[in-house]
Amino acid sequence: MKPIHMALTLAGGLLLPQTATADDAGHLLAQSCAGCHGQEGAGVGAAPAIAGISAEDFIAMWAEFQADERPATIMNRIARGYTDEEIAALAAYFAAKD
Amino acid sequence: MTPITRRGFAALAGASALTLSAPALLRAQTAGRMVVIGGGFGGASAARFASIHYPEVAVTLVEPQPTFITCPYGNLILGGKRTLADITHSYDGLVARGIEVIHDRAAGIDPDGHSVQLANGTVLDYDKLILSPGISLRWGAIEGYDEAAAEIFPHAWMGGDGSQITLLRQQLEALPEGGVVGLAIPPNPFRCPPGPYERISMIAHHLKQANPTAKILAFDAKDAFSKQGLFEDGWAELYGDMIEWVPASLDGTIVRVDPGNKLFISEFGEEHRVDLGNVIPPQQAASIAQETGLTNESGWVPVAPLTFEATAAADIHVIGDANIGSPMPKSGYIANSTSKTAVAAALADVTGREAWADPVYFNTCYSHIGQDYGISVVGVFRPGEEGIAETPDSGGVSPRGPLAEKAPDRALEARYADAWYDSITKDMFS
Repeated sequence: MKPIHMALTLAGGLLLPQTATADDAGHLLAQSCAGCHGQEGAGVGAAPAIAGISAEDFIAMWAEFQADERPATIMNRIARGYTDEEIAALAAYFAAKD
Repeated sequence: MTPITRRGFAALAGASALTLSAPALLRAQTAGRMVVIGGGFGGASAARFASIHYPEVAVTLVEPQPTFITCPYGNLILGGKRTLADITHSYDGLVARGIEVIHDRAAGIDPDGHSVQLANGTVLDYDKLILSPGISLRWGAIEGYDEAAAEIFPHAWMGGDGSQITLLRQQLEALPEGGVVGLAIPPNPFRCPPGPYERISMIAHHLKQANPTAKILAFDAKDAFSKQGLFEDGWAELYGDMIEWVPASLDGTIVRVDPGNKLFISEFGEEHRVDLGNVIPPQQAASIAQETGLTNESGWVPVAPLTFEATAAADIHVIGDANIGSPMPKSGYIANSTSKTAVAAALADVTGREAWADPVYFNTCYSHIGQDYGISVVGVFRPGEEGIAETPDSGGVSPRGPLAEKAPDRALEARYADAWYDSITKDMFS
């Protein structure tokens, strides 16, 4: 028996395995944003806060970055690397933050 | 607190199941133990991410240095824009999160026994090991360049205790008027592809003010480099003819150094006398990766593109500069970004949660060329059947153009670079 199985058995019902939810995709994708935009989109220095932007606005801004229709230094280059599903997941994640 | 080792825990359980109802034990992090070796961009990020999102897992971080000195922004010390204190980070924030931080060197790994032996003899058992050990310098790859030589010709390519970058700064301040600064730059792959060129820029930034008749001779073992056009534009705009970059095809490869006589010797035998020599030698994965048998003939660690599990050993996930992640650069941002995928993958079968099926690996490398002059390269990467691939039609470098036109963008990117530094170090240490 591997030790980990022992641990799970011993812990009994205290540590029910959790299943991935739709939120997980946004939460994991959003990890990359924390390299500049602070923890959970709070903003740091010159990098603006992105927490609390409505999902609709977030998706619209992202599309403008992709199309070079919004002033940008790097967000336009970043925006073109993500799929519509990923953008929607990010939008939902940051909309839910204060 | 005394950690319950995995081995100890199993023995305890076998001895008396009744003792397990003790409240203290029920509160313990009982889903498993993750050990992280290396407290830099990969390891600190991994430990912190796990402590936040997998609180049921016990996390131990092993790092020999008492504080972490970043390689990024080290060049800004040379440029007079930062101090060593500015780029030194405490592990207290990670300790406060409940991570057990052990300041010792990991002396060996037993992949079959799932344990790490520390230099002080302690054995740490693990269910999952995150190995983020960084690089080692290939002493002797350039003839005459060993640890003693590095006290005369500093490499300043590993944060360590800060002594190397401090020495380089002191040498720069002591450079004779009109003196020659020589750099030896390694072939690919190496840590921080734009780093040597940012270093040239920051040295020039200092010299332009303090020693404007000095020269920089940058000898390169390559014919092309990261953000080359942008760097060369910036050098011409800001520093005139102070900088001469010598590519491999023009005999730029330095194969031997003679620190006593302050000489760089090229592939074709040309001797270059320098007043200050910065030798960035060829590199490979840190020695613990070699000694554990995780590396291949390249000296770097092959890993699975989706999980970063080492090809050579189960339950050891190797992140950061030590792995083979091409076309991803060996950068702090990639170490940070991939650390989270690696942790999610490693802890999936420990916690019963799902790994990340479609991860995105994200990189931005900013470089400072001068005052209010920043540039960047962006990369969005995904694992695929043929390894890791850059996402088509995305990423790339800052647009080129004359400074008169681009100055506002360069200034903004310099400010965003500072924000990046503050934000990513929060994501590692807060």
